[in-house]
Amino acid sequence: MILVVAEQRDGTLNRASLETIAAAQSTGDAIKIAVLGSGVDAVAQELGKAAASEVIAVDDPALKDYTADGFVMALEQLFAAETPDRVFLPHTYQTRDFAPALAARVTRPLITDCIAVKDGAYVRPMFQGKLQADIAVNDAGPHIATFQIGAYRADAMKAGSAPVRQASVAIDAAKIRQKPEAPFKEAKQAVDLSQAERIVAVGRGIKAQEHVALAQQLAAAMGAELAASRPICDAGWLPMDRQIGSSGQTVAPKLYVALGISGAIQHLVGMKGSRTIVAVNKDPEAPILEIADYGIVGDLFEIVPAMIAALNA
Amino acid sequence: MKIAVCIKQVVTREWQLRVNDQKTWIRDQDASFELNEPDAYALEEALRLKEKHGGEVVVCCAGPARSTQVIREALARGADRAVHVESDALAAADAGTVAAALAEAIAPEQVDLVLTGLQSDDQGFGQVGVILAERLGMPHATIIMEVQAEPGQTSLRVKRELEGGWFQWVGLPMPALLTIQSGINQLRYATLKGIMAAKKKEIRKVTPPAAAPGGPRIASLYFPEKGKKTQIVTGTPAEAAKELVRRLREEARAL
Repeated sequence: MILVVAEQRDGTLNRASLETIAAAQSTGDAIKIAVLGSGVDAVAQELGKAAASEVIAVDDPALKDYTADGFVMALEQLFAAETPDRVFLPHTYQTRDFAPALAARVTRPLITDCIAVKDGAYVRPMFQGKLQADIAVNDAGPHIATFQIGAYRADAMKAGSAPVRQASVAIDAAKIRQKPEAPFKEAKQAVDLSQAERIVAVGRGIKAQEHVALAQQLAAAMGAELAASRPICDAGWLPMDRQIGSSGQTVAPKLYVALGISGAIQHLVGMKGSRTIVAVNKDPEAPILEIADYGIVGDLFEIVPAMIAALNA
Repeated sequence: MKIAVCIKQVVTREWQLRVNDQKTWIRDQDASFELNEPDAYALEEALRLKEKHGGEVVVCCAGPARSTQVIREALARGADRAVHVESDALAAADAGTVAAALAEAIAPEQVDLVLTGLQSDDQGFGQVGVILAERLGMPHATIIMEVQAEPGQTSLRVKRELEGGWFQWVGLPMPALLTIQSGINQLRYATLKGIMAAKKKEIRKVTPPAAAPGGPRIASLYFPEKGKKTQIVTGTPAEAAKELVRRLREEARAL
């Protein structure tokens, strides 16, 4: 049996959970779905629309606000009660915060950021997505795997009617060491890139701050907004509110031009829904070229001026 | 405040990756190496906390002998001393094995705080820090963008990054472990003086614990299959640019 641990916040289901259910369904094994929190009835009912043998609602006031300690305590008990062969979770920021501690607590292997399951092995990216690996786990199980957002499709999830069961766990709130405060957003973002029709984004390949102006000229010639991958904003070459990716904005413009961006998954999740993707990169193996519609392999300092000239011709 | 910082040596981004004959790891005999970038931010944060509150920064590394390169670099940037858990087997080890090795090195140090990078640029499991916290019996928080520590206090307040532009402050008792998000600070580079001083700093060598059998292993490492739909536009820069613009206008209707 595969136990899928779904994710919710304040009663709203994280849709990545549906992708993980689809991943579990693709194996042909029996599936149970667990959801943790306080006041999760509605989310549990929503999850009950998936083809699974049951939905387990773990409802406890101590789980109202997410904490790593609370979730590890609850899931350790749930595993002991349910004895799953495998445990699947979406590879969200929340999962990344507690799953390794959980795996260590129950001394089971954890394989993170998986994109597929094949013949008992887990397929995942390595070396920033430039390579892929099949990870084998020698133990009989249970083992724990997390699935990359977008690796499976939520609409591929098979529908069904799973009964909801309440399960209780004993959580000693005094043992929860993390004291979370209310989540917040930083001052309103000055630039809403999600509304842009076209975006020119720069990555490490731009090499120095003074070269950002070249990308700006291309953006102007295309009628595009300028954006960047995380390292460029980390370096302060462009403000943080122009960052595309898992920690920045998610965009799906008509045209996305990636200049010198290799295409780490953290960037790809923020832009792969774009209608037409162009990549200019010196590395023919760059992962960005895998998802691009059009690619030019070469030196962006030669190609971008030529593009500007061609646009203005 | 006594701070341990965990660092890893990884192949440089520029190195053209090649897979070994067994398809179990890269051919790293002829690779060039650098400090894992996320760890550089963890180191920088530790140095800033020390400058503010006093104390000591101890660099901890679990890796093969060649890792001395990045240990020296961390010492040159300002860390006080280092602990090196040295074994060739650690170069491609899984997260549980690396965390066990680091726990062995850090446990006797009795530190107030352990900092790690968010993940490594090579395997990228993003697990070592959190497993290490569990092994050391410390509370943890991940993807940290700001650390508020007051001298003499027994707790910390840290800013976690959540998804989609959300953040959250979390309080933690010390000792604690934090995984640091890249971009939390601006990195410093080693000065000549720092490089000279690093030569005299202590690197304590530790033998790793016996690896636990049966962990995850790389059965096969390979280049991902090429997407078939990508149209590579070729020619001189001028030709390729002109052709690309034509296709964007006429085929994709994106301009």
